[in-house]
Amino acid sequence: MSSKKAVISGVYDTKVGALPESTCMSLHTEAGLGAIQDAGLKVSDVDGLLTAYSFTSPQLMLGAVFAEYVGMYPKVSASISMGGATAGLLVAHAVALVESGMCRHVLCLTADNRMTGLGDKVQAALASVGHPQYEQPYGMSVPSAFAQAAQVYMHEFGLTHEHMAAVAVNQRANAAKHPNAHMKKPITMEDVAKSKMVASPLRVLDCCLVSDGGAAVLVSAREAARDLPKTAVEIMGVGEGHTHEHIFMAPSLVDFGCKDSTATALGKAGLKHSDVDCAHIYDCFTSTLLICLESMGFYGRGDAGKAALAGEFAIDGRFPVNTNGGLLSYGSSGAAGGMFHVVEAVRQLRRECGERQVKDAEVAFAHTLGGIFSGHCSMVLGRL
Amino acid sequence: MSDTPALIKPIPVPDADSRLYWEGANQGKFMFQRCLSCGKAQFYSRSLCSHCQGKNLEWQAAKGLGKVASFSVVHRAPIAPFADDAPYVVALIDMDEGFRFMCNVIHCDPATVRIGMPVRTVFEERPGSTQKIPQAEPM
Ligand SMILES: [Zn+2]
Repeated sequence: MSSKKAVISGVYDTKVGALPESTCMSLHTEAGLGAIQDAGLKVSDVDGLLTAYSFTSPQLMLGAVFAEYVGMYPKVSASISMGGATAGLLVAHAVALVESGMCRHVLCLTADNRMTGLGDKVQAALASVGHPQYEQPYGMSVPSAFAQAAQVYMHEFGLTHEHMAAVAVNQRANAAKHPNAHMKKPITMEDVAKSKMVASPLRVLDCCLVSDGGAAVLVSAREAARDLPKTAVEIMGVGEGHTHEHIFMAPSLVDFGCKDSTATALGKAGLKHSDVDCAHIYDCFTSTLLICLESMGFYGRGDAGKAALAGEFAIDGRFPVNTNGGLLSYGSSGAAGGMFHVVEAVRQLRRECGERQVKDAEVAFAHTLGGIFSGHCSMVLGRL
Repeated sequence: MSDTPALIKPIPVPDADSRLYWEGANQGKFMFQRCLSCGKAQFYSRSLCSHCQGKNLEWQAAKGLGKVASFSVVHRAPIAPFADDAPYVVALIDMDEGFRFMCNVIHCDPATVRIGMPVRTVFEERPGSTQKIPQAEPM
C-alpha cells in the first residue's frame, strides 16, 4: 500500500431523529469536536476545514460561521454545496489537500436540523431545488423525480415492488441493531406494500427519513496519524461522476455518474468489485440503491432486486449493504445523510459495530449522491 | 378559491434564454433550438449548443408529437397549489424532434399512462397567470 495515501483518523455521528433542542450550529459543534476527539486531537491541530450547507440555517460562509463559533483558525477552509453528494466530496477534497501536503488534518463536517427546524415545510423546500421554469410549474416532487428512473427500471429490467420492499425491510432490521438509529421498529414486506403511495412506484417506506443530526470525519496524513488512538482507515481511492442537474437532462435513466465514480475509486485502489466486503450506498429511495448497485457494476442488470429479495444485503449476507440502516432507517440529515454512510464504513473496518459487524471486513465502499442521480462520489476504504 | 396567492402554481419567469420559448407557448407553439453546426436539437433553450458549444442556433417549432419516456403518478404534492390535482402525472416526454422535456400528462386518467405512450403537446391556461404552460395529452 502506498504510504502517501490519506487516512481517516476520527469519526463521529450525533444522535439522529427529532432533536428539538438542537440547532444547525450545535449539531456541527458536537459532530466536529466529536471527530477531533475520536482522533485524540485538539481543535488547534486541525489545519483544514471543509463544510457543507444547511437548509434550516442557510449561510453564505457556513465554514467560517462554524470556525468562528468554536474558535478554529484553519489554514484552508471551504464549503461545498452539491446536495447529497457533498459528504463524499468533502472527503475527496480532504484527500487531495492531505496528499498534496497542504494540510495534515482536515475536518469534513456535515449537519442540519431539518426535521424540527423545517417541520412540514421540508418537502416544499426540497422541491424548490427543481428548475424554476421547467420543473417547478409541473409539481415535481423529489420522489417523483427519482421515480422516473424506477419506472423505466420496472418496465425494462423487471424491478418489482417486492425487490424495493426487501431493501426497506433489511435496512430497518439493520437500524434496529444501531443504538442511535432514527427508526428501529421492525417492518414487514406487507407494511411496505400497504404504506401510502407518494409518487408511483415509491411508497412512504421506500423513501428516506427526514432527521436532525450531524456527522464528521477527520482526514489525516498517514504519518500524522501514526500515533493516534484509533485504528486508522486508509482512503484507498475516491472517484466522482457528474452528468446533469435536472432529471429531464440526464443522458440516461438507467446509468448515472456512479458508474464512472465507482470505476475510478476501485481503479485507484487497485481493487475489483468482488474485493468489497461491505457497501454503504446513498439510499434516498429503495429504488435508488438498486439502480445504483447495477450501474456501479456490483450486480448485472435486473439482478440487484433479486439479490435484495434473496437476503444478500443482510449483515451476514453475501454482500452486506447499509449496515447502519441507511437514509431509509438510520437517518437522513441533509448532507450528513451521506456522511453517516462514511462513518459506518469506518466503524466496520475498525470492527466497532457490535452486532452489526460484518465479519472480517477489510474493504468498505461508500457512496454519496446529489441532486436527482446528478452528482456522485465513491470511495474505497481499507483497514490498515 | 384557486385565485388566492398561496394556491397559485409556480409561474415561470422568462429570461433572455427562454423568452421565445414562453412567448411561443402563449401562441400555441412549442419552440426549441436546433444547432446549425452539429444539427442536434436542445431543450431547454440557451445561449450556446450544449452538444458542441456552437453559437449558431436556430429556433424551430416542434410538431408537438412525442412519447412518454417515463412518468410517475404523484399522490403527495410537494406544495399546496398541486394538492387538489393529486393524483397527477409528472412525465418525461421524448419529442419526435429529438429532445426531452418534463410536463404533466393531462386530460386522461393517470392510471392509463404508460411508458412509450404517444402524446401531443397542449398549452394549459392556469388561474392567476397569463403564461400558458406546455403540457402533454394522450393522442
Ligand atoms: Zn451543436
